[in-house]
Amino acid sequence: MSVDHTAAPALPAAPLSLVEHFERGLGAPVCLTWELTYACNLSCAHCLSSSGRRDPRELSTRQCEDLIDEFQRMQVFYVNIGGGEPTVRRDFWHLLRYAVSHQVGVKFSTNGVRLTPERARELAGDSYDGYVDVQVSLDGATEEVNDYVRGPGSYRTATTALANLRDAGFSDAKLSVVCTRHNIEQLDELKALADRFNATLRLTRLRPSGRGADVWDDLHPLPDQQRGLYDWLMRHGDEVLTGDSFFHLSAYGESLPGLNLCGAGRVVCLIDPVGDVYACPFAIHDEFLAGNVVERGFEAVWRRSPLFERLRAPQSAGACATCSFFDSCRGGCMAAKFFTGLPLDGPDPECVQGHGRQSLIEGGRDRPAPSQDHSRPAKRAEPILLTLSRRSSPRSTPAAGPQQELPTQPSAPPVSACNQNPLADHHPAYVDRLDSAWSTSERKKAAENGHP
Amino acid sequence: MSSPLDRAWTLTPSVAIRPETFGGLAYNFSNRKMVFLKRPKLVEVVRLLDRHPDARSALRAAGVPTCDHVAYGRAVEQLASSDMIRLRRQV
Repeated sequence: MSVDHTAAPALPAAPLSLVEHFERGLGAPVCLTWELTYACNLSCAHCLSSSGRRDPRELSTRQCEDLIDEFQRMQVFYVNIGGGEPTVRRDFWHLLRYAVSHQVGVKFSTNGVRLTPERARELAGDSYDGYVDVQVSLDGATEEVNDYVRGPGSYRTATTALANLRDAGFSDAKLSVVCTRHNIEQLDELKALADRFNATLRLTRLRPSGRGADVWDDLHPLPDQQRGLYDWLMRHGDEVLTGDSFFHLSAYGESLPGLNLCGAGRVVCLIDPVGDVYACPFAIHDEFLAGNVVERGFEAVWRRSPLFERLRAPQSAGACATCSFFDSCRGGCMAAKFFTGLPLDGPDPECVQGHGRQSLIEGGRDRPAPSQDHSRPAKRAEPILLTLSRRSSPRSTPAAGPQQELPTQPSAPPVSACNQNPLADHHPAYVDRLDSAWSTSERKKAAENGHP
Repeated sequence: MSSPLDRAWTLTPSVAIRPETFGGLAYNFSNRKMVFLKRPKLVEVVRLLDRHPDARSALRAAGVPTCDHVAYGRAVEQLASSDMIRLRRQV
């Protein structure tokens, strides 16, 4: 959901800043991602959730409804639904209506496969009354660049879906791009493409999670490209959404829009198709598994899981504590470090000061084995890239199921930095007022004093 | 009648408020905007707006000290600008 937000009004100082409250966790998530299924018609090379095949333990329609009821009780105002490809679930449209009729807004991410002109008209119609937002994934401005990562035909599917939404009068769909070494040269073209579909461009960071771990070395933007991306975002900050994906780039100088705060387990979490709750969408691994909604209910997992309680406790900056840029980047992304085999209290693998690169070289790379993999066996329609860099021995059995004991404590201490902002996708105008027009110190001072 | 405190307000129909330790979250389902209400007292004020002829009397009812009224007036304006609350026609 492209949720807009603004800070609260100027009022007398409170004992704790808003950010400090966030760090201690809220009564319910602000940004909850719910992967409805691991089934997917595509096999994107960098899939965060290693999706492909449906998990037989996938939550039933009834269990999904119960979960939505719980969201309503907890006042989780909206959820980001993804997958896999969520629309391939037979009850997808039913669940969408169910959520909306229970005061739970939805933004769903799709590759567009089921967004027919009829569905687009339905989504644009009055029945959803703004409760539903649609995000179509596309990882290149051209068929060649996109299909290299997402597979043959995926460019056409996505652009057809975006055209259907536009033609149906759906307002402000999102065109969501994971930035890679190949498409990062196409930012202007991607922006033009989004404009053509009356959509808003959303750029996010490539994470080494899921199958992304296998292709990250080949796909993550090169250092000079990161600099180019930073400059581009500074120029276009009020026109694109980023989910505060790139705050590790803030160490280049002026902070990018957004709040620098690790949301994992504090204001952000992920519920996977079998009901397992993870600290963040980029951390589908036993190390970050907090519990299961079927066993305990979501509220109990969110409020009382030992893992989340630990993530909400004060964290140390570790090796980054002495870096003068720490206040800007907060050490980067917990998941990016974990899946590249870096210590969680050290620099991000893409640290713009180069500290991460050094660690990657010096540390040898002891990447964690994936806890689960729902990838399909190689097929003709798979991305070319995948055949070049397929994981040598994918584990086919999902390890984390509803029967599993919970939660596992992380073996390494979690850190306070993350690249997933809990307040993802701010309305540009509000971000302007909140962040980009202000220096970091001004913002910090304001946060302390309770200013907007 | 330039001050927002002198006007009558009501919560926008598509808005819900969730209490939190710092105050609360207001969310408008229709425009998908979220606002953080940084004081529990502000949450109380917003809930009271509907029952008072103007915002100022809602502030008094909530026990907001007079010296804070200007700041709360700005808060009311901000909430209106993101369509969390709307002007109410006075009877």
